[in-house]
Amino acid sequence: MRIVIIGNGVAGITAARYLRKLSDHEIIVVSEEAPYHFSRPAMMYVSMGHMTFDNTKPYEDWFWKKNRIELVHDTVVAVESLNPQLHVRLRSGSTIDADTIIFATGSEPAWFGWTGEHLPGVQAYVHKSDLEALERNVQGARNAVVVGGGLIGVEAAEVLHARGLHVTMLVRESGFYRRVFPAEESDIITKHIAAQGIDLRLSTELDQIVGGENGGRVDHVISSSGECIQADVVILATGVKPTIELAKRTGLNTDRGILVNDRFETSLPNVFAIGDCAQFEHGVEQLWYAARAHGEHVARVIIEGAGPYARGTYFNSAKFFELEWQVYGEISADCDSITSEYWSELQPTRCLRIAHRNGVVIGIHGIGVRLRQDVCTAWIGKGVAIDVVRKNIQSAIFDPEFTRKVTV
Amino acid sequence: MNYIELTVPDAMRNHGTMWSRWKNRGVPAYLLALVLTGFYVAIYWFPEPLAPFASLLDPLAQLLRGSVADRWFLYGTVYTAAVLVMGVRMLLRYRTQRYHVYRTLTLMTVQLMMSYLIPALLARMGSKEFYFSYFWPLKPEYLFPSNISALVQSDNGLLMFMGFWTITMTVVATPVLTYFYGKRWYCSWVCGCGALAETAGDPFRQNSDKTLTAWKIERWMVHSVLASVVAVTGLMWWANVDPASPVATYAQDVNKVYGFLIGSVFSGVIGVGFYPLMGARVWCRFGCPMAAVLGLLQKYASRFRITTNGSQCISCGNCSTHCEMGIDVRAYAQRGEDIKRASCVGCGVCATVCPRGVLKLENK
Repeated sequence: MRIVIIGNGVAGITAARYLRKLSDHEIIVVSEEAPYHFSRPAMMYVSMGHMTFDNTKPYEDWFWKKNRIELVHDTVVAVESLNPQLHVRLRSGSTIDADTIIFATGSEPAWFGWTGEHLPGVQAYVHKSDLEALERNVQGARNAVVVGGGLIGVEAAEVLHARGLHVTMLVRESGFYRRVFPAEESDIITKHIAAQGIDLRLSTELDQIVGGENGGRVDHVISSSGECIQADVVILATGVKPTIELAKRTGLNTDRGILVNDRFETSLPNVFAIGDCAQFEHGVEQLWYAARAHGEHVARVIIEGAGPYARGTYFNSAKFFELEWQVYGEISADCDSITSEYWSELQPTRCLRIAHRNGVVIGIHGIGVRLRQDVCTAWIGKGVAIDVVRKNIQSAIFDPEFTRKVTV
Repeated sequence: MNYIELTVPDAMRNHGTMWSRWKNRGVPAYLLALVLTGFYVAIYWFPEPLAPFASLLDPLAQLLRGSVADRWFLYGTVYTAAVLVMGVRMLLRYRTQRYHVYRTLTLMTVQLMMSYLIPALLARMGSKEFYFSYFWPLKPEYLFPSNISALVQSDNGLLMFMGFWTITMTVVATPVLTYFYGKRWYCSWVCGCGALAETAGDPFRQNSDKTLTAWKIERWMVHSVLASVVAVTGLMWWANVDPASPVATYAQDVNKVYGFLIGSVFSGVIGVGFYPLMGARVWCRFGCPMAAVLGLLQKYASRFRITTNGSQCISCGNCSTHCEMGIDVRAYAQRGEDIKRASCVGCGVCATVCPRGVLKLENK
């Protein structure tokens, strides 16, 4: 059997690795973005000079040949289904016949048709090409505007700040990441970002982007409050949407993403979709960790006929400049003193919150505190009483040796 | 940034590291490597040009040792100064992490006391110039029969203590401490080579080779050196027990060859000279027989490991990039596996640079 995977992000590559572990089938991965898989979350470290682009590749280049995973650096222009045979047509003109296809096309920036969004100097920060665009755009630039108060937004702000630009951030919510964070946590992060020297404009959206003379490069943006903010670079980090253009042309059923069941099966036989581009009954799951889990499970479905993909206890993590955040289970923006226990230091750069329902823990997250995933998910999975969590909290702390103790 | 950092670096940040020509094998790095290599060549074999510099240190040598400064005093002073000055840089750079603060202070103190002041004072007292922080097989001669019998059979209490110390540290303390804490108790907290690598060498850590090929070469080389030092020590004892045998005539020569190739060329000229090109742990990784012994203990008889926090790894590669021993830490972390590698010196930088808090040094 020949399996073709479209996309070499973490979803596609994890699928390829597990397909190889579980089978002897022919595996071909096609990517237009980069010849080799790289870690997307590491992009920012390249832009800040912490790492070279080569350092972001999790596997040495010989790995693929040794594991008989064929890499094709090309664009898929069409997928044809002549049941049961599938054909993948490439821009270079060649065609790959396939028995099974996995769409792992990821996502792309979601922009909202702002005036001036295509001016030179305006970019996203999602793909490898954005990494290269940033290198060009920061040359000689002094002021930058980042639109969006999410995880990509804060990364973009950190990168531009590290490159010596004055950064203004437009955030729709009243506090940073307030859509996800309870008020206290949002406040800690908001203050921390401001303390780094970022000009944070809360409850502010983008109105339009204005170019310089002769319709050239971006010159300034106008905010929803009518304010004029100088900008030589603008990063639009207002979220991402599934990349489904190819899937649509292929005739797969789509909505926001490619519609799949809980075994990643699309509307066409032997065609699967995983990662950011897939939409389940409950919606899309655009999360790096989820994409990796999809990759593993789709391989089990294809090779072992595995059953439905079961999500474990939710988890995620991020870093806001110097502050690390880890979350397990449910922590919602409306957590308060009745539905959760909250601990923080006097001048807080560290905090911990344990959310509970009916006296049972449902979520734990920490800022500036590292938490053990196995301990936290076991507590949440078993529905342990809040008192037990409080009493045993030290066993969930993953901080480095000699770090000040957390006392709940 | 193409100049040496004179400003206080941000805590734990690596902004611009990969664009620095000093830190990333640019022309200045090669020039620095040339200067360092030249300095070692001069110290070992062509000391005349260094004499005027040594004589500048005469007052200090008189004060500490009670004699004029020779090239070795010059070397020890420069080395200790490098550890102290770059140690302060290290303390500033990692000031938010207590693990790094504590171990850097310990390394600086051990270097200053055990490798500089105490040996000088011993020399001043007319006693044996002894380094309490070095053991066999890093200092092979400490277990040579000539040395051991002289110390143990001495009626001088101090010399007897030195004999007792060197045997106890090698035979008892090394395996016991490594069992509980891993090889880091020595390599990242005590050792003088480690002290220089962890302070003066910190800016160059990202230059270590992370490839599988490098790992293969490393294992062959470091264990070959260990085998050599065992052979040399064995020969010395054989010659001691049976002075009439033909072995006795070779033993000294073999020891001299080892001293030249490993002690001087490898640990000195290459070990420090190549800091800017291959990272600061070239010697520790490819050559040090002590690291080889500790590594075997760490791998097969130690509670130490770097644990991975569930599935939180994002495969970014900061850990691997900044590992001075060239361990591909990410390869383990992204599979959710603990890292138990013989070469790991437990510096803890992988855990510090990890943006998701995935790694933790533990004595489980």
